[in-house]
Amino acid sequence: MTNEEIKQAITTFLPSAAYDETGEFLSILVDGTELRPLMRELRSNLNFDCDYLFCLTCIDWKAHLTMVYHLLSKKHKHTIVVKAKLADVNNPQIETVSDIWRTAEFHEREVYDLFGVKFLNHPDMRRLLLDEEWEGYPLRKNYVDENMIEI
Amino acid sequence: MAETEKLVFPAQLHQTQDGGIVVSKLDEMINWARSNSLWPLVFGTSCCAIEMMSAADAKYDWSRFGFEVARATPRQADLIIVAGTIVMKMAPVLKRLYDQMPDPKYVIAMGACTISGGPFFYNTYSVVKGVDHVIPVDVYIPGCPPRPEALLHAMITLQEKIKHESYFGKGKEKSK
Repeated sequence: MTNEEIKQAITTFLPSAAYDETGEFLSILVDGTELRPLMRELRSNLNFDCDYLFCLTCIDWKAHLTMVYHLLSKKHKHTIVVKAKLADVNNPQIETVSDIWRTAEFHEREVYDLFGVKFLNHPDMRRLLLDEEWEGYPLRKNYVDENMIEI
Repeated sequence: MAETEKLVFPAQLHQTQDGGIVVSKLDEMINWARSNSLWPLVFGTSCCAIEMMSAADAKYDWSRFGFEVARATPRQADLIIVAGTIVMKMAPVLKRLYDQMPDPKYVIAMGACTISGGPFFYNTYSVVKGVDHVIPVDVYIPGCPPRPEALLHAMITLQEKIKHESYFGKGKEKSK
């Protein structure tokens, strides 16, 4: 599908979605609460057929967080980026996509570990890289570490 | 110590009719034997380990200096070459490995990361700022990463250090 066709189809499915085409890929901008039905659609609708989640990460904008999902269709050879806004920086939460793409299970644990985003209905929401007793989330802009020597 | 002295067998030979008598100090003999047969632990955490492997292979060949018996278990190793960045999560593992090595044991800190945290000194939440916060270090080699020649130099420096120790004297004075 071309970007225009994808935008048209997504707008039909989710009228509130916004788009950004300034980057390499087409980005679909949604709110965190709207993420899950959209992701299900992208995975199960054969016109999208996004069978590969190749990147899952998070961005801290201080005022809010953004979850970023890079999806690829092996059949259609198109890439779609979904960006979900999380307004609550003190208690960021979003539905898991680990049951749609199994690979998200560890990626979401990593995001939880470093950004503190909690993934609802995730099967194993524990820290992945840091110690279990680690306090805080190091990749957050407001992270404080007394031992850190800042340049 | 003159350059030639380093290579000399630490004893005097007194010729007799049927051969000879060797006179030496036990300390020097033991140190001579120990320093020429240091068994390094197979331990590498990042790019310095690539240079360490290079020092072990045919081109640089550290077995020329008695290091060829690299051990995969700390219980059989005399020497640990800390080759690479040590992060907070690795630090207790490294300490445990060091504790499992039998005395006398030696540590070479290879590269900028192990000396001070190196490129990860500033703005990091995860890197140990120098491996000597965790285990005592005998020889430091700067570099990022050091070339194999530098590692060989450090290993030979360590051999020199061992040759000046007193095995039966006060013992190896190392802070734990």
